[in-house]
Amino acid sequence: MKQVLEFEKPVVELREKIAELKTYTEDSEIDLTDEISTMEKRLENLENDIYENLKPWDRVQIARHSERPTTLDYIELLFTDFLEFHGDRLYGDDEAMVAGIAKFDGKPVTVIGHQRGKETKENIRRNFGMPHPEGYRKALRHMKQAEKFHRPIICFIDTKGAYPGKAAEERGQSEAIARNLMEMAGLQVPIICVVIGEGGSGGALALGVGDKIHMLENSTYSVISPEGAAALLWKDSGQAQRAVETMKITSYDLKELNIIDEIIQEVRGGAHRDVKQQAGYIGKVLTDSLNELGDLSKEDLLEKRWEKYKQIGDYAELDSE
Amino acid sequence: MLKDFFSKKRKYASIPREEAKQDIPQGLMQKCKNCQKIFYRKELIKNLNVCPNCGYHHQMPAYDRIASLFDEGTFEEWDKELTSANPLRFPDYEDKLEKDRQKTELNEAVVTGAGEIDGKKASVAVMDSRFRMGSMGSVVGEKIARAIEKAGEHSLPFIIFTASGGARMQEGVLSLMQMSKTSVAIQRFSAGGGLMVSIMTNPTTGGVSASFASLGDYNFAEPGALIGFAGRRVIEQTIREKLPDDFQTAEFQLKHGQLDKVIARHDIKQTLSTLLDIHQAREERS
Repeated sequence: MKQVLEFEKPVVELREKIAELKTYTEDSEIDLTDEISTMEKRLENLENDIYENLKPWDRVQIARHSERPTTLDYIELLFTDFLEFHGDRLYGDDEAMVAGIAKFDGKPVTVIGHQRGKETKENIRRNFGMPHPEGYRKALRHMKQAEKFHRPIICFIDTKGAYPGKAAEERGQSEAIARNLMEMAGLQVPIICVVIGEGGSGGALALGVGDKIHMLENSTYSVISPEGAAALLWKDSGQAQRAVETMKITSYDLKELNIIDEIIQEVRGGAHRDVKQQAGYIGKVLTDSLNELGDLSKEDLLEKRWEKYKQIGDYAELDSE
Repeated sequence: MLKDFFSKKRKYASIPREEAKQDIPQGLMQKCKNCQKIFYRKELIKNLNVCPNCGYHHQMPAYDRIASLFDEGTFEEWDKELTSANPLRFPDYEDKLEKDRQKTELNEAVVTGAGEIDGKKASVAVMDSRFRMGSMGSVVGEKIARAIEKAGEHSLPFIIFTASGGARMQEGVLSLMQMSKTSVAIQRFSAGGGLMVSIMTNPTTGGVSASFASLGDYNFAEPGALIGFAGRRVIEQTIREKLPDDFQTAEFQLKHGQLDKVIARHDIKQTLSTLLDIHQAREERS
């Protein structure tokens, strides 16, 4: 069963009707070609109207779509010779995080990303893409290795957040995230981060300190989930839709707030509609970013990274009396 | 005699009757949050807001902390004029800020600057949980990042006292990004050989716990402080299990290897002084 999102129901219904008429025409003597072409025109208009005017809440639904492509989907399409490696060498292997080496445009890179499952069984194994400290420490181990072997790092961000569990706290969830933020700041290789789905809070940010931060058009990046924000602000998680508008979490919001570099265009209706084409859009941006960053000296790279983060924020100054 | 009556110094407050307990004059008396005993406010303040009866560490206003730490007259404040804007035009945010400004006489949830501890110069950032629960928005991030940068420029150690519920919701993702901003600043400072000491006080949670609070060369905490990433209720709902009482306390974190030491408030100045001394001795030798 394909998951149909609320806002696209009219499109799906009309599409079904057209398909019905087409079968009917084929099976009978009556020619409905004119009617069909009118309806197809109407469908086009309707699609334009809906998909060109997505509301923030619609985008959240797309970002959470059960068939939305994951890190491994993109890895398969974007890279060659991918070798996945496991473990943080300290405690265990966290399957909510994948990491490895591969080639992109024929050049070696390190690839790291949050990994959700697509069905229940895989989701349980991958803890719904919510890492424990060992996931972040595995990521860091690979980043350090990338630095040693002068490989650029590409991070795919796709998590509701770091896992809020007892064991995670005991093993230092805070420290693991904090450590990644600090270490990523100093890595002497280019880091490109792409938010591909939900970018939830510190758990997302722990793969998100880089030289380029891109977001897929319908992905989100936020300090707290819309439901969490609504519960906190208005004591009612049912007001998530209102929270989405207020909290400014879409790619367009983040671009306007001067936090991200580029919005990566999505296939109409969402990346899940055509993963191959979507991978192509991502690939193009990755190539551009790698070319641009590859020309910088290590010193310039780190200096620019600092300047990038230094400017984020919005405040005022009181008149000193 | 009447004279005797007046000169008699009472060192302890008598325990009031049950009905009197509910009627504490505001500002004069204060009840210990832990053991419920009532003290003169002045007495508590003199004892660094630590309960003389049970040792519970109450929250400490930023300027009181600074006064307890630095040699008299040596502290110089930085960036005091920075104040929060309302970047997301979040409803009621400005009113809330204004209320907290009046209540605390602070411009924001952190005070930064430099001074001398037993004659040794150090920079400091002291968070104050009375201001918007010590949450981190653009100003908190900016002041801390600037303080770290300045500490680097002047080759000063950087000490931070954290007290924060985490990110400031009203600044959304801008507040999240302050975690990376401060962490990048710390990385630069640390790579240049800077010494950073983090002292986590009650509470240090969420995004503050998952950034600068955990990034000291030495990470300390005050006794009983709540320290952790996710909130207790969220965890209990997620794992459907009741958590032990000591979960996410400073002592719990120490036991799990997340802290260097738990230090009572009365001993913090001495420990910092010794620590700075050991680090200075190294510099003098080289």
